[in-house]
Amino acid sequence: MTRAVLLALLVVARPSTAQGTRELVVNPGGALPTVGMALAQARDGDRIVVRQGVYREPTIVVRHRVTISGDSGAVLDGEGTHAIMVVEANDVTIRGLTFRNTGMSQVEDRAALLVRAARGCRVERNTVRDGFFGIYLQRVTQCVVADNDLLGNAGRQTLGGNGIHVWQSDSVTVTGNVVRGHRDGIYFEFVTMGHVRDNTSASNQRYGLHFMFSDDCVYASNVFRENESGVAVMYTRRVRMEGNRFERNWGAAAYGLLLKDITDSEIRGNSFAENTVGLYLEGANRNLVTGNTFASNGWGLRILANSEANQVTDNTFTGNSFDVGTNSRQNFSTFSGNYWDRYRGYDLDRDGFGDVPHAPVRLFALVVEQTPPALILLRSPVVDLLDFAERVMPMLTPQTLLDARPRMRFPDRTQRGLTGSAESRVTRHESRRP
Amino acid sequence: MNTILKVVRYELRNVVRNRWVIAYALFFLVLTTLLLRLGGSTPRALLSLLNVVVLFIPLVTIVFGTIYWHGSREFTELLLAQPVRRDALFHGLFAGLVLPLSAAFMAGVTLPLLLYGGVARDSLPLLLLMLVAGVALTAVFGALATLIAGIVDDRLRALGVALGTWGLMTLAWDGFILWVTMTFADRPLEQPLLVLTFLNPVDLARVLLILRLDVSAMMGYTGAVFARFLGGWLGTAMAVAGLALWALIPGLFALRAFRRRDL
Repeated sequence: MTRAVLLALLVVARPSTAQGTRELVVNPGGALPTVGMALAQARDGDRIVVRQGVYREPTIVVRHRVTISGDSGAVLDGEGTHAIMVVEANDVTIRGLTFRNTGMSQVEDRAALLVRAARGCRVERNTVRDGFFGIYLQRVTQCVVADNDLLGNAGRQTLGGNGIHVWQSDSVTVTGNVVRGHRDGIYFEFVTMGHVRDNTSASNQRYGLHFMFSDDCVYASNVFRENESGVAVMYTRRVRMEGNRFERNWGAAAYGLLLKDITDSEIRGNSFAENTVGLYLEGANRNLVTGNTFASNGWGLRILANSEANQVTDNTFTGNSFDVGTNSRQNFSTFSGNYWDRYRGYDLDRDGFGDVPHAPVRLFALVVEQTPPALILLRSPVVDLLDFAERVMPMLTPQTLLDARPRMRFPDRTQRGLTGSAESRVTRHESRRP
Repeated sequence: MNTILKVVRYELRNVVRNRWVIAYALFFLVLTTLLLRLGGSTPRALLSLLNVVVLFIPLVTIVFGTIYWHGSREFTELLLAQPVRRDALFHGLFAGLVLPLSAAFMAGVTLPLLLYGGVARDSLPLLLLMLVAGVALTAVFGALATLIAGIVDDRLRALGVALGTWGLMTLAWDGFILWVTMTFADRPLEQPLLVLTFLNPVDLARVLLILRLDVSAMMGYTGAVFARFLGGWLGTAMAVAGLALWALIPGLFALRAFRRRDL
C-alpha cells in the first residue's frame, strides 16, 4: 500500500519519467546530423548526446529543459562568424562539449555559450577555444560553471572578451575552471552570493578576476597568475577572499589584488608573491586583512590614506622591496601581530612579540611615492643609510602607521589564523604545481 | 709581449700567495654558499649578492690596488734598471692586480653554484651579467687605484684618496642623484638620470642589474625609459662598454703618469 502511494508520488513529481526520458543522438552521418535538429524535436527532460565530429551550424538555441552532453571530440564550430549556443530554459545541463572559433565582434558580446535569464543551469567539463566571450551568464540564478577549460584569442585588451562573464545574477558557483588568454579571466558585475573556488586564471590580457557591485561573494583557493594587470575588484561589500594565490603579476600597472571601494570584507590566508604591488587598498574601509603572506613583491601592501579602519593582522612580509607604501603621513588603519623580515627589535619578555613597535614604511618608500624616478636608487647603500637614520630618529615617515606587536618569528600556518579548510586547499594547490 | 707575460706570471704567483686574495675568494665562497642555502638560486636570492658586488668589490679593489702598487714599488724600480720597457711593465703589473681579484670573485661565486647543482634557468642571464659587472667593477677600480698610486706618492695619503674615491662613487654620487630627483621632481628626469647613471660606474652596474630583476615594472614611466635603454641586449652592451670606458680612461691616465714618473 505505502509502496503504491510512493510510486504514485514519484510519477506526479517527475512527469517526464512517465513518458520515459528520451535520448536523442546527434551524429554527423546519422538521422540527426546537427544539434539544432535534435533540439527541434526535444521535449523537457530529454537527453541529447553529441557524438564525435565537427558541427557547423547556426547559433544553437536551447528552449527546453534538456541535458546536452558531448562525447570526446564533439566540436561545435562558430566558423568565426557567430555565437555558438544560447540557453534560454531552466535546468539545462551542458557537458563535455568543445566550443571553438566564435570570431570577434565589436557590436555584440558574442559568446561561445550564453545562458540568458535561466535558473539552475550546469555548465561542466566543456572546452572553449578561441572564444570571444567564453561562458556568459546573464540574469541567471543558481547556476554552476565547473571544470571548464577556456583559452581565448585576445591578442589585445581592446579586442578581447571575458572568459567567464557573469552579469546580474544570483547564487552562481564557478569552480575548477582554467581560463587563459581572455581579456578578464573571470568577470562578475551585479552578482550576489557568488562562489568562485579552485579556478586558475592566468595570462589574461587585463585582469585575472574583475568584479564590481557584487556583494556577499566568496572567492577561495583560486590561482591568479601572470595576468597583465593582476586582479582588480571594486565597489563591493562583504566579500570573502580566502586562500587564493596572486602570483607574478608584473608591470607598471599590475596589482596582485587591487581593492577599490571595498568595504566590510575579509582577505584571509592568501599568498601574494612576485607582484609589482601585492595588495592595494584605495578607499577601502573596515576590511580585515589577516593571515596572508606577502613575499618578493615590489610593494607588499600599498594603502592610501583614504582607506579607513582596516585591520592588518597576523600577516607575513618577506623579501619585498617595500613592505608597506602609503601616500600620506596620516594613517587610519591598524597593524598588529604581523611578521616583518625587516624588524630589528628585541623581545625581552619572551612572549613572541617585539617590545618596540615596527614602522613598516621606509623613508625611501615615501621618497619614491613623491618622486618615482628616485626608484633607480633602489639597493643603493645611500638609501639603506637614509632608512637607517630614519629608523633611529623618525622624522618623516607616518608615525601612526605602526605595528605595535610585531612577531619575532615567522609563524606557522595555524598561528596565522588560517582556517583548516583554507589551509588544506592552499597546500593542495602547492602540490599541484610542477 | 713576452715581458708582460713574465711580469704577469711573477705577479700572479706573488698575489695568489697573498692571503688577502685568498680571504677575498673565501669570502665570496662562504657568502654564496650561505645565500644558496637560505634562498636557492632564484633571481631574488641572487639579489643579495648584488649589494656585495656593488659595495664590496669597489672597496676591496681600490684599497688592495693602492697598497699593491706601493708595495711593488721597489720591484718596479729594480726592473726599470734593467732593459724593460715601461709600458710592458705597467701592463704586466696591472694585469697582475686585476686578474687574481677577478678570478677570486668568479671562483668564489661560481664554485658553490656548481657544487649546489647548477642555477635556476631564469637566473642564469642575471648571474652571467652579475659576473660581468663584478669583473668590470674590479677593472674600473683597479684602474682608479693605479691612477691614485701613480699620482700620490705618500702611501697613507694614497690610501686616503682611494677611500675618498670609493665613498664619492658609492655614497656621495647617489646622494647627489637623490638630491637632483627631489629638487627637480616636477620636471622630466629620465634622460638626466640616465646620464648621471652613466657618469658613475657603480651606479651603472647597479642599475644594469636591478633592471634585469624587473624593478623596471615598479618604476612606471621612468622604468620604461630605462628598460628600453638598458634592458635590451644593445643597452646591456652599451652599459658594459661604458664600464670598459671607465676602466680605460683612468688606466690611460695612470699609464701616462707611470711613463712620466721619475723612478
